[in-house]
Amino acid sequence: MAKTADLDVAYVAKLARINLTEAETQLFQKQLGSVLEYVEKLRGVDVSQVEASAHAVPMFDVFREDEPRDWFTAKEALSNAPRQANNLFIVTKVIE
Amino acid sequence: MSRRDLPAFNIADLQVLLRRREISPREVLETLQTRIEDIDGKIDAYLSRDFETALKEAEKVDVDLPLGGVPIAIKDIISVAGQPCTCASKILANYRAMYDATVIQKLRAAGAIPFGKTNMDEFAMGSSTENSGMKLTRNPWDVSRVPGGSSGGSAAAVAADEAFGALGTETGGSIRQPAAVSGVVGVKPTYGRISRFGVVAFASSLDQVGPVTKTVLDAALIMNAIAGHDPSESTSLNEPVPDYTAALGKDLRGVRLGLAKEYMIDGTDPQVKAAVDAAVKHLQSLGAEIVEVSLPHTEYAISVYYILATAEASANLARFDGVRYGHRAENPKDLLDHYGRTREEGFGAEVKRRIILGTYVLSSGYYDAYYLRAQKVRELIRQDFAKAFEKIDALVSPTSPVPAFKLGERTADPLQMYLADIFTSPANLAGICGISLPCGFAEIDGARLPIGLQLLGKALDEARIFQIAHAYEQSTDWHKARPSLTEIPQAA
Amino acid sequence: MSYITTIGLEVHVQLKTRSKMFCACPVEFGAEPNSHTCPTCLGLPGALPVMNHEAVRMTVITGLMLGCDIAPTSKFDRKNYFYPDMPKNYQISQYDMPLCENGSVPLHDLAYPKDAQKTIATPDKEVHLVRIHLEEDVAKSFHFESSTGIDFNRAGTPLMEIVTQPAINSPEEAFAFLTSLKQLLIYGAVSDADMEKGQLRCDCNVSVRPEAQAELGAKIEIKNMNSISGVRRALAYEIQRQTGALERGEKLRQETRGWDDAIGETFLMRTKESAHDYRYFPDPDLVPVKSEMLLEEARARIPELPRAKRTRFVEQYQVSSYDADVLADDLELARYFETAANGAKKPKNVANWILNDLQSALSSASKTISDCPIPPEALDELVNLIESGKISGKQAKEVFAEMFASGKPATKIVKEKGIEQLSDTGEIEAFCDQAITANPKPAADFKAGNAASLNFLKGQVMKLSKGKANPQLAGEILERKLKG
Repeated sequence: MAKTADLDVAYVAKLARINLTEAETQLFQKQLGSVLEYVEKLRGVDVSQVEASAHAVPMFDVFREDEPRDWFTAKEALSNAPRQANNLFIVTKVIE
Repeated sequence: MSRRDLPAFNIADLQVLLRRREISPREVLETLQTRIEDIDGKIDAYLSRDFETALKEAEKVDVDLPLGGVPIAIKDIISVAGQPCTCASKILANYRAMYDATVIQKLRAAGAIPFGKTNMDEFAMGSSTENSGMKLTRNPWDVSRVPGGSSGGSAAAVAADEAFGALGTETGGSIRQPAAVSGVVGVKPTYGRISRFGVVAFASSLDQVGPVTKTVLDAALIMNAIAGHDPSESTSLNEPVPDYTAALGKDLRGVRLGLAKEYMIDGTDPQVKAAVDAAVKHLQSLGAEIVEVSLPHTEYAISVYYILATAEASANLARFDGVRYGHRAENPKDLLDHYGRTREEGFGAEVKRRIILGTYVLSSGYYDAYYLRAQKVRELIRQDFAKAFEKIDALVSPTSPVPAFKLGERTADPLQMYLADIFTSPANLAGICGISLPCGFAEIDGARLPIGLQLLGKALDEARIFQIAHAYEQSTDWHKARPSLTEIPQAA
Repeated sequence: MSYITTIGLEVHVQLKTRSKMFCACPVEFGAEPNSHTCPTCLGLPGALPVMNHEAVRMTVITGLMLGCDIAPTSKFDRKNYFYPDMPKNYQISQYDMPLCENGSVPLHDLAYPKDAQKTIATPDKEVHLVRIHLEEDVAKSFHFESSTGIDFNRAGTPLMEIVTQPAINSPEEAFAFLTSLKQLLIYGAVSDADMEKGQLRCDCNVSVRPEAQAELGAKIEIKNMNSISGVRRALAYEIQRQTGALERGEKLRQETRGWDDAIGETFLMRTKESAHDYRYFPDPDLVPVKSEMLLEEARARIPELPRAKRTRFVEQYQVSSYDADVLADDLELARYFETAANGAKKPKNVANWILNDLQSALSSASKTISDCPIPPEALDELVNLIESGKISGKQAKEVFAEMFASGKPATKIVKEKGIEQLSDTGEIEAFCDQAITANPKPAADFKAGNAASLNFLKGQVMKLSKGKANPQLAGEILERKLKG
């Protein structure tokens, strides 16, 4: 398991797109550092014979058939939009 | 009967009056509304209420339906079309749900009336409801204490007779723990038993909706209405739904109850331990057989839980970006600024902390060490339960190692807060079902604080834990105790 | 110095399903923005995905057509990155367990650009694939002066990503790869694969290195091509640019470039940024896919592939192997041919009409075989009229032109115009007698051994019959009369 010192809160916050103040960064660094120290105990478990599974109960092949149906109108779709124009959601200019 | 007594009724008793037409659904709602107006200023269980719409629904409802005319409070993480669904987060402060969650559709089909949304820890992240971005909810048994969490609003509303019953959600104990410390019944159904469609996701592989009620029978009645397969959810179990009330009243002869030695931990409050020991003896006196079992990977549960839950949450909460709905930072200078400030302003500290932890454990170079390993240990925890359930019908333990703690007492140290999930989170990891019900009180600093008894059953064995819980409940008086809210000192 | 070019392609193919990948919103283009949306494809709080069975089947069908290994168990993962066109800020994709691995696309000669078909460097080349996986498409962005607008109608459309080995060595091979792939996708009815409509999108990774150098050169990615010929042009430009830079001693670096088709140049979009960290993990809202059942269903839907069709055309219809290639090249054309040739006495003649007259008429009318005004049965009828001697080859051209213009059947045109060929020997004999009487000199010349004079007399017969006489019969009769 990685060393807890590896956690760079400022970097990870950027990945997660959350601005943090300097004080928050330092606080989280300390708090999450102790959480990571706590979870170090997982290192002691022998998992060599264990298959990872995303769910407690294994399930497979859940599909829907290819039948279209309508749901929202454009007006409904945009009903919570912070900004909209011409039936489009508007955001600050995205530079490709 | 006096209208003033009505809010104290449980659902089953309320239904007797409704079906005899001694009271109308409208009168039930109006009485409840008055009760909430009288009391909620002290408790702050609700985030929003819509009695206007509810009263319209009450006019049309068929009281002979399974939950006909019964108002149900809804945790503010479950979508009710046209109502706010804030998840107690500033980032969704102005969001109105654009559709009904499947559980809401099912409740409506059963005649229940969703009339209000209850407070919670922001995005269900917490064990005290103190992480709400909206307000603090107080424990009706002692308003200087937390109601537990994250479904603290639902538990407090039911405990304070501000709701006949409520829906909560669980990811690591968020129904059972607040039910325990607020003195009500809370059920965590088997993963996949209740649809998650329309329930704002915290950790998709762990989340589950469940009832919070005054009695075990009420919980079974709500389960009858909301359980079942949903083709809109890929992880929904396609298994028949039994009548959960059918097994209630059967005695406990031949029932094997397990005690896990790994659950005898130092951190358990002595009064909690004494109450649960007494409950075990009582269950034995009702005919149950006690079997000792081992769940060797218990000590890893909290670690596994916090890695998996935060990892899933880091992706689930990425959609809150102010593009299509919700809070948006003003005048961003570019896209990065838009995201960074929107999410800085919208999320509270605990949510940020967990997103960062979850992002970290998934990031390049750490995935195998944390996420993959945690998934494997999760499988070992599941196997522990599978082995135990070969020998027992249900596992007995305290729900929470401690009774309700003081507001603000644990907020400084997130890890200490996380450790309170020790008895509850394993069930979420294993996907099994569980219930918490009142089994006594702890006297602390002059306050009388409820203690919860937890019963865990194997996957899809809800009927069995209801049977055991009901037998215990009906032969004890704990569920009849109500907080004496008239004596509540005004919140400081 | 000579240089080696290495090209790898990442091709995104929109599948032809009726509904989206993880929700039931209709897949329809050109609709009012955001009108084909639901909680799932808008990424609303609480919404969940459920896999479209048909999209998974189509991917398996593609995998089987391309000879891929179909994974016994496959799963979907979340690929995390923030972008406004991505409703959940993660894309549901497949990371380490894609539906299909390996496989290849055979490049046939006709798939190369016309001007390069004579100089194919590696005939019968097969381009090997790394994998094919299934994912969801993103929304469409519209860039305005100071803002960007987003339409989520396209968000969640099933998208198949096909990744090749870096095994393509020229722009022409890339062209042939895309043309061959497109053909197979159309054959399998999994996509219309029209690049101009965005149904097939292609990113190219191209690197150039001196022949003596073992390791690959700097990998440069090119985006924004919207036609197969655009891909060829972009690659040709880029190879020249990179070679030029190397010759000048410049060092190339990893970067992403865009293609400006109007100017015919690539331009720098971004240099290698800090490596993406997509934080892939299995999507807990979905369950894994076992391919056993899917394989059975998909196998039943594998069509006859172009190569097999070509062979069959040669055997069954006795067309030349080149004609079979051309016919099978376009599935619609092949279908047209088979319908027209069905019941024809000489299917080869049907093929000739299609490949010559019909193709050139279509191309000068800017039409494709799918909107051909002459139904295949009608073409068959025309060919039968010629074969039975009812009309001459020359008349047939005229009838054909009229059929193409008006859509009327051949028999009707023949009747209306009165251009039926005269094959009645009695009437032709009368015209022959008239011609011989009126032209004693040429008649005498022929008798004296001047064979060419017969043509003159035949011309006179045609003139007298107003062109209706069957020229072959007229020749025979004249000859008999003069020799007799």
